[in-house]
Amino acid sequence: MTTFNPHAEGEIVEAVQWAVAEQAPVEIVGQGSKRDLGRPLQTEHTIMLSGYSGVTLYEPDELVLGARAGTPIAELEALLAANGQAFQFEPMDYGPLLGKLAGQGSLGGLLATNLCGPRSLKSGSARDHVLGVRVVSGRGELFKSGGRVVKNVTGYDLSKGMANSWGTLGIATEITFKVLPAPETETTLVIRGLADDEAGRAMAIAMGSSGEVASAAHLPINVAGRVLDGALNGEASTVLRLEGFAPSVADRVAMLKGLLASAGTIDTISGERSRKLWQEIRDVVPFADGTERPVWRVSMVPMEAYKLVASLRMGAAVDAYYDWQGGLVWLRMEGEPEAEAVRALVRKYGGGHATLVRAPTSIRAALPVFEPQPASLAALSKRLKQQFDPSGILNPGRMVAGV
Amino acid sequence: MAGLLMPKADNATMSRRAEIVAALQAIVPGEGVVDVTNEMRAFESDALTAYRQLPLVVVLPQTVAQVSRVLKYCYENNVKVVPRGSGTSLSGGALPLEDAVLLVLSRFNRILEIDYPNRVAVVQPGVTNLGITKAVEHEGFYYAPDPSSQIACSIGGNVAENSGGVHCLKYGLTANNVLGLEMVLITGEVVRLGGKHLDSEGYDLLGLMTGSEGLLGVVTEVTVRILKKPTSARALMVGFPTSEEAGQCVADVIAAGIIPGGMEMMDRPAIHAAEDFVHAGYPLDVEALLIIELDGPVVEVDHLISMVETIGRKNGATTCVVSQSEEERMAFWAGRKAAFPAVGRISPDYLCMDGTIPRKELPKVLAGMRELSEKYGLRVANVFHAGDGNLHPLILYDANIPEELHKAEDFGADILRLCVKVGGVLTGEHGVGVEKRDLMPEMFNETDLKQQIRVKCAFDDKHLLNPGKVFPQLHRCAELGRMHVHHGQVPFPDIPRF
Repeated sequence: MTTFNPHAEGEIVEAVQWAVAEQAPVEIVGQGSKRDLGRPLQTEHTIMLSGYSGVTLYEPDELVLGARAGTPIAELEALLAANGQAFQFEPMDYGPLLGKLAGQGSLGGLLATNLCGPRSLKSGSARDHVLGVRVVSGRGELFKSGGRVVKNVTGYDLSKGMANSWGTLGIATEITFKVLPAPETETTLVIRGLADDEAGRAMAIAMGSSGEVASAAHLPINVAGRVLDGALNGEASTVLRLEGFAPSVADRVAMLKGLLASAGTIDTISGERSRKLWQEIRDVVPFADGTERPVWRVSMVPMEAYKLVASLRMGAAVDAYYDWQGGLVWLRMEGEPEAEAVRALVRKYGGGHATLVRAPTSIRAALPVFEPQPASLAALSKRLKQQFDPSGILNPGRMVAGV
Repeated sequence: MAGLLMPKADNATMSRRAEIVAALQAIVPGEGVVDVTNEMRAFESDALTAYRQLPLVVVLPQTVAQVSRVLKYCYENNVKVVPRGSGTSLSGGALPLEDAVLLVLSRFNRILEIDYPNRVAVVQPGVTNLGITKAVEHEGFYYAPDPSSQIACSIGGNVAENSGGVHCLKYGLTANNVLGLEMVLITGEVVRLGGKHLDSEGYDLLGLMTGSEGLLGVVTEVTVRILKKPTSARALMVGFPTSEEAGQCVADVIAAGIIPGGMEMMDRPAIHAAEDFVHAGYPLDVEALLIIELDGPVVEVDHLISMVETIGRKNGATTCVVSQSEEERMAFWAGRKAAFPAVGRISPDYLCMDGTIPRKELPKVLAGMRELSEKYGLRVANVFHAGDGNLHPLILYDANIPEELHKAEDFGADILRLCVKVGGVLTGEHGVGVEKRDLMPEMFNETDLKQQIRVKCAFDDKHLLNPGKVFPQLHRCAELGRMHVHHGQVPFPDIPRF
């Protein structure tokens, strides 16, 4: 068993070349914060990237930040915050949900798992903000793609290609992101007591208005009490986040209160409390219960989400809440994962994909953790994998069994 | 074609032309196949008109099944295929090949679904960019990316080129506004990527397809986000004695946490050409002019306008005018939008370049351009998407003077080399196509390029889709697939392991 702990890019290249020569599969690890996500690996060898760390480029005026793969996300977010900036896609932290510490995770893992958060409804995910990468492929070759500028169509966008590839195509050694100013202030509107379908309609009205709503989530009654230390306990809460310059936020709060007046009384949560609420929604704190009960992350057509949840509730005990206006549903199953039932309902209600983000290792080894793809798409993905990693040495089986 | 080497036409294919035409006619009956030279002339170039070539035959399918059968036929018979939307590419991406079928998607022109509650539109690839906005604007919505050719360019072409526009910094490029695609692979297989949901599963094939310039697959359906139109917009026109001061103003606006809807810069030659043409009221005594547009709720726009005004004056602006009406805002833009035709008035011909640079390098790049301008004896005017660093130098030349096109192309290539040298890229939004194909090694080494071509191999193992574009040389997939593994010979036996 060999563990590589490279401190230079050349050492990462050498480690992969060793694995190629030995035909020895390796697990690619940053800080190991997401090792319990995805399909479990059975590799003997490991490449740890936590020692290959550090900011390589930060020019706030140019809205660009570059760092080595092992750089802690927390360190980068602190640096950005000190300059009034942020990753606009708000990378979530899986730590609490997976029973680990919060604030772990590295930049490489952020891109490899395409992290995002509640603002993604408007701002997309890591793949929408990555500008350039340096990558060691499964051939042990170092290549680059993209650059440090926002507007760039020179060649294929292999930076996006690395997003959500879970370390199976290559090891991104250095990554450059677009960063943006952090909002000056934020206020959250809270509508109490809506049923899931009513909440869906209220969120659609808000999102379709000129109120520039950054995030829209719905916490049903049995979830609402598990955020903000129980402050929303007792009634379902539909929450809408408004961000920006203070005069603009105040204006939009007033406008939306008028627009949604018929939905019920509307409270507001501001500043630090609002930020805490959205961080808890982002990090699935309501289901961070210290157990291994199965949790699904379902990405689907926003307005169909409540139908999926209602159908699922008829056959299984399930807790659910909605982010992205319903486009992102978090489900916690009381018993079995019910993979087939969940996926059949996703297909029935407009398509999307369901990922089993938490479950005991044995279940994640036996079930497809990620949404199975139709044959022609699966074959195309497999061909892409072979082009990057013909020997199949990088995180084999992490996404799909046998690939 | 001036200095442009395209892949050698395959005589075997050319000699089978009649047979290929007949096969295509069987797949796409009626007027869907164009094989008469005069009628094919309409397709012989795209918006990079310096290059022209008649295709082997033109086919205009109407259904996905027809696209699939055409591609399958071409794959099985080793016939090359060049896909084309509206033909507005500025880089020759849709330039036909003598021995290739030109697959035109213009008959895919229907809007299939508009879904306001989920804020998406599902459209066929031949729908124009502006056509999407037109279809949803009565409900107060629009499609955000707005390339200057938006009245004509197709959304399928936008996907192929990852088109931008003046609002990119705030609203993103095509890649950030497309949620789903249906596409046909060269084998005829139909594949769907993403959909109405907000993030797609598995590898980011959507990201690879966007900007792939028709080399990976043929798009037959696109699902895009639509956005609510901002309630209001106002613009400032700010003039500076030097480009350095204008550049600092842009940096300070961003440092203040403001992301304008649009932020454009013009240099003195561009300002003068535009003002002479449309009389927009531009100051003629400045070296650089910024047009900064703020959009959003009225309260926000008023708040930001005053912040930007202060920043402009602090940086030495000699002109600073805020639009007081919609007419005035449009007038500010009129000059900028007419910059290309305005330059067309002062020169018989011009080349439009498209590099991106880190913004702070602008003064250096402009100075470099002035030197090159003297060296080549050709004038250059600059318009610049200042927010995102995308530069459009317009090189003025006269095609009737022998060798002047060639000189202009060399000048353009030198400008792009300069962009790469300061940390920028060869193309911000026009694509590589044939125009910048041979400059790719300026930005990428052989390993970089080989890995890109390997992506192509995963999609198109015979290199039949749009060959001769983007890559200076297409290595055969089998050759690229080889691995040099020597069992038992660990290449680095001495590396430390822990």
